[in-house]
Amino acid sequence: MNVTITVNGKTYTHDIEPRISLVQYLRETLDLTGTHIGCDTSGCGACTVSVNGEAVKSCTMLAVQADGCEVTTIEGMAQNGEMHPIQAAFKEKHGLQCGFCTPGMVMVAADILKNHPNPSEEEIRHGLKGNFCRCTGYHNIVKSIQLAAETLNE
Amino acid sequence: MIPAKFDYIKASSISEAVNLLDKHGYDAKILSGGQSLLPAMKLRLNRPEIVIDIHGIPGMDTIEETGDEVIIGANCTHTQILNSEVVYKNLNIMHQAVQTLGDVQVRNRGTIGGSLAHADPSADYPAVVLACEANIEVEGKNGKRSIAATEFFEGIFTTALEDDEIITAVRFPKIAHGTYLKFYQSASRFAVVGVAVVHEGSGVKVGITGVADTPYRATEVEKAYNGNSDAAEHAVDGVEVMSDHFADSEYRAHLAKVMVKRALEA
Amino acid sequence: MGNFIGKAVKRREDARFLKGAGTYTDDIKLPKMTQSAFVRSPYAHAKILSIDITEAEKADGVVAIFTGKDPCGDYGVPCGWQVDFKNGETMREPKHPLLAKDKVKHLGEAVAIVIAETLEQARDAAELVEVDYEELPAVTNPLKAMEKDAPLVHDEWEDNAAFDWCIGNDRAEVEAALEKAHHVTVMEYRNQRLAPNAMEPRSYIADYDVNGDRYTLYTSTQNPHLIRLLLCAFALGIPEHKVRIVSRDVGGGFGSKIYHYTEEALLTWASKEIGRPVKWTSDRSEAFLTDAHGRDHVVKSKMGFDKDGKIVAHLTDEYCGMGAYLSTFAPAVPTYLHGTLFQGVYTTPLIHLNVTAPFTHTVPVDAYRGAGRPEATYLLERIISKGAQEMGMDPVEIRLKNFIPPFDGVEQEGYQTQVALQYDSGNYERALKKALDKLGYEDFRKEQKKAREEGRLLGVGISTYIEGCGIAPSAVVGALGARAGLYEVGQVRVQPTGKVSVFTGSHSHGQGHETVFAQFVADKLGIDMADVEIEHGDTDQVAFGMGTYGSRSLSVGGSAIIKSIDKILEKGAKIAAHKLEAAEDDLEYANGKWTVKGTEKSVSFGDVALTAYVPHNYPEGLEPGLDFSSFYDPGNFTYPFGTHIAVVEVDKDTGKVELQRFVAVDDVGNIMNPMIVDGQIHGGVAQGVGQALLEEVVYDEGGQMITGSYMDYAMPRADDLPMIETDNTVTPCPHNPLGVKGAGEAGAIGSTPAVVNAVVDALAHLGVTDIQMPLKPQTVWKAMQN
Repeated sequence: MNVTITVNGKTYTHDIEPRISLVQYLRETLDLTGTHIGCDTSGCGACTVSVNGEAVKSCTMLAVQADGCEVTTIEGMAQNGEMHPIQAAFKEKHGLQCGFCTPGMVMVAADILKNHPNPSEEEIRHGLKGNFCRCTGYHNIVKSIQLAAETLNE
Repeated sequence: MIPAKFDYIKASSISEAVNLLDKHGYDAKILSGGQSLLPAMKLRLNRPEIVIDIHGIPGMDTIEETGDEVIIGANCTHTQILNSEVVYKNLNIMHQAVQTLGDVQVRNRGTIGGSLAHADPSADYPAVVLACEANIEVEGKNGKRSIAATEFFEGIFTTALEDDEIITAVRFPKIAHGTYLKFYQSASRFAVVGVAVVHEGSGVKVGITGVADTPYRATEVEKAYNGNSDAAEHAVDGVEVMSDHFADSEYRAHLAKVMVKRALEA
Repeated sequence: MGNFIGKAVKRREDARFLKGAGTYTDDIKLPKMTQSAFVRSPYAHAKILSIDITEAEKADGVVAIFTGKDPCGDYGVPCGWQVDFKNGETMREPKHPLLAKDKVKHLGEAVAIVIAETLEQARDAAELVEVDYEELPAVTNPLKAMEKDAPLVHDEWEDNAAFDWCIGNDRAEVEAALEKAHHVTVMEYRNQRLAPNAMEPRSYIADYDVNGDRYTLYTSTQNPHLIRLLLCAFALGIPEHKVRIVSRDVGGGFGSKIYHYTEEALLTWASKEIGRPVKWTSDRSEAFLTDAHGRDHVVKSKMGFDKDGKIVAHLTDEYCGMGAYLSTFAPAVPTYLHGTLFQGVYTTPLIHLNVTAPFTHTVPVDAYRGAGRPEATYLLERIISKGAQEMGMDPVEIRLKNFIPPFDGVEQEGYQTQVALQYDSGNYERALKKALDKLGYEDFRKEQKKAREEGRLLGVGISTYIEGCGIAPSAVVGALGARAGLYEVGQVRVQPTGKVSVFTGSHSHGQGHETVFAQFVADKLGIDMADVEIEHGDTDQVAFGMGTYGSRSLSVGGSAIIKSIDKILEKGAKIAAHKLEAAEDDLEYANGKWTVKGTEKSVSFGDVALTAYVPHNYPEGLEPGLDFSSFYDPGNFTYPFGTHIAVVEVDKDTGKVELQRFVAVDDVGNIMNPMIVDGQIHGGVAQGVGQALLEEVVYDEGGQMITGSYMDYAMPRADDLPMIETDNTVTPCPHNPLGVKGAGEAGAIGSTPAVVNAVVDALAHLGVTDIQMPLKPQTVWKAMQN
């Protein structure tokens, strides 16, 4: 069926099978491969994108459910080639190693910071509960989000 | 992981959704937030031929306060409930429960109606609606009816909903003093034990999830409670306690008592 | 010190990952590419009676379906390490087929591959393949696998043993010393099976080009050249020079992506059959069933002490599950990577380890972060603490009594262990004392006492670990059964403009080689980091390599690059001397230029590079160009060590463990980039804590997996962990040019026993002396009840 979705500011219309998940649509149809698939039970968060301003797991949303929605993926975070403050903070604080969970971490961090502009360490860790990282032990991800909060509040 | 093929219909009204359900019966599934249904479909444990999307139906995603009630639309997301001032002030026990539920992303999509209809025996809401004595508002081909929470849960993934019925809202009495406590399953973060306690006068109402294949009211605790949290000893009286590799029935029963005691004391 | 070595230089690879511009294998799309799905066994052990593909073949979009009856069923993947029985019998090495033909031997074993135009079509058609099985009894526990009537995994042998092995002193001598010991501490437990769970699931694309008769395999592997060698020479018998392996960005490995998997070979074969590229990306559910697991040792151990708490002897028997087939390095893990660490950091005079390695009806077990060393460390660090507890000693005191004294490997000789290895350099007491200071050990003990009076259960656990990295040299590992060398290759190509391309056989899948390697290359050459590019992960680009595992990249791979840099500078000096009309001996090289000593006369690195490629005015007889490749085969392992301390509080009502603090003082030798070393430690600690508290692959008796998704396999999430307090001591490695030891596995090796020791310490006054991992609330609570 036909869906019209705005992704990173650009509007697309495609005829797609209803069973195609949003993440498959982003990766296969739009070639936006920055959003990753790490599991099949909604457990890892690697596929996190923003839909209408809220972080969602794009593996657990059908593309047809996103009809008419505004989607932002990791590719849409940097503006004019400049990394978003959250991205910059991840680099500064070594909040990533293999990079696979990173897009999901950045996208969920945006949601955490939207709701908690001055998050405590506990609020950050609570907010990251839906995202696995197997490399960093979360230590530097927490530090990155703390730094991003500082930058965004400046 | 990709679901088996299905047809997708977006319903624009409750009656349209009900008619579709009535027409397709077992072959159809209602999709709201999809946080339970879609993983099951991806694993092909669930393979409906028709998926009826009720998201966006007008009037189903509001939280209203009336005189002595809070009415939460079935399509309200967990995040909406978490951020609701009305809920925070008048139904704080729900606020507490939502905080423990899933994660940011799941809360942003998942809905109260979807969770209740799914009736996972380890979900959080059932304990709360039981303790609050909420009413589940449903609509089917024969019209609307209200199902008392205590009558709603019938077994694992089984409810009192007829095949043609969908949940439209949940009606809660305002609760002045209530507590939800949860002991997490360390992988899924569902409840190994979830306990909702509502204080009413000198008595309590206690809802328990995660312990049995159906969430239940701990009536023996309620009877024994006399301001004394030792009543928690009765938390699993007459209950067949579930067992899995995180918590066998002995430990789970113990945990139920501990969590009830803590909730009574909170 | 230069401008970059030792500094927390930010990573150059981050920009692409942060912008979603990495290239993981599943991100790659090739023209005319097909997709595939596997039909996998729902049983742990079954006869395949028939496979019916007629319906599946008719399904939309199906290109081809292959089963074990097709020619691919005759191929298998090899094992890369041979450990023979103690009695001389050759290791039992069953064929590990690309597709099962007659029998399936573990849950999830592939019986057919369905190739279709789209992934949806492949999945749909795979469901239509009808396989008729006759289920057979299975065995999943390594100890039970060696019982008399255990179901056989491979009928061709009379029991399930793949091999047995021992190391150390004469068993009778060790037993006699235990008889005479003042106190003997006994431990029996299972070092549980773990699923590595790199966040990127395995993904492969095979692309056969009929015109060039060339194969390209894009694969999420940790060691592309080794995959090429195994694929060509052993699995398929195809010519190595016609095969290119590409492994660009890889989303974590932790060991699980070292091995040559059946799917890699099968896709390569299938691509030639159908004449189109074939892709397969694992689901997480498939990953649980098919990625090699780690650990799975059943352990019985005794440690004897004299009356002062000095260890007099140590005897251990282990049953180490191999799974249904022998994965690439599987036999090395419970033997040479395990028994050789049984000395620990202690002066134990008598040690004996006996290992029996049975097949079980489970997915193969192989190296997972630490590979054999976490299992050794867990045993040593638990049993010495248990000994202390039983003898009423403090865990610090018993360690101080038994430590090997400091030695630097230069002035003092390396330490010869009872278990074959000679340690390079170490100062174990220094790391312990630093960690105790950082924690505030004495204060903690006071706090603990007070907490106990209030009915709260606080505990502290110490682990003073050592590990062996950069396994080497090749001649030695060859004698020990390795079927490959364990050197590394590093090529340094100075471009005519003085820019430097480095080609390394090491593989980065999160380690940050593009940054760290450029740091020392830039410093050694006295140039800017921006002028250095690190290339890896493509066998057409990099001459050869052995890949990344065992914390070997910097110590082995880095050293190979250093060797090439030395050659560059040696040749450069000749060119510079010619240009400066001076004798080579009169030149010195610093800050990117050769200077005639005592003068201002100099020539820059860039000038020399240009001259090497435009050799108009050039030393006679010298070849043009400035490009060297080196193989580095280390003289010995390296031995990082350190002290990890965990502080926990146990909920007395529920048994839930809260990890409150974690202090890690690690000595990884010289440090190239402290930010990256810390990151490695953080991640390793998280995985080690995961094993201690959460993680466990559980097969039921029939061989079904009950922890096959993130709903049931618990891994650390952000709210399970505290900030990790890291620090270092620095004891350089004396035998490699960078003086580095390796940091990749230390965190995972040291941390697990620290956490378990802490929980046991919290419950010690209740009479608890041991708890089986993972320390689930239920397990801890039950331990408290007994």
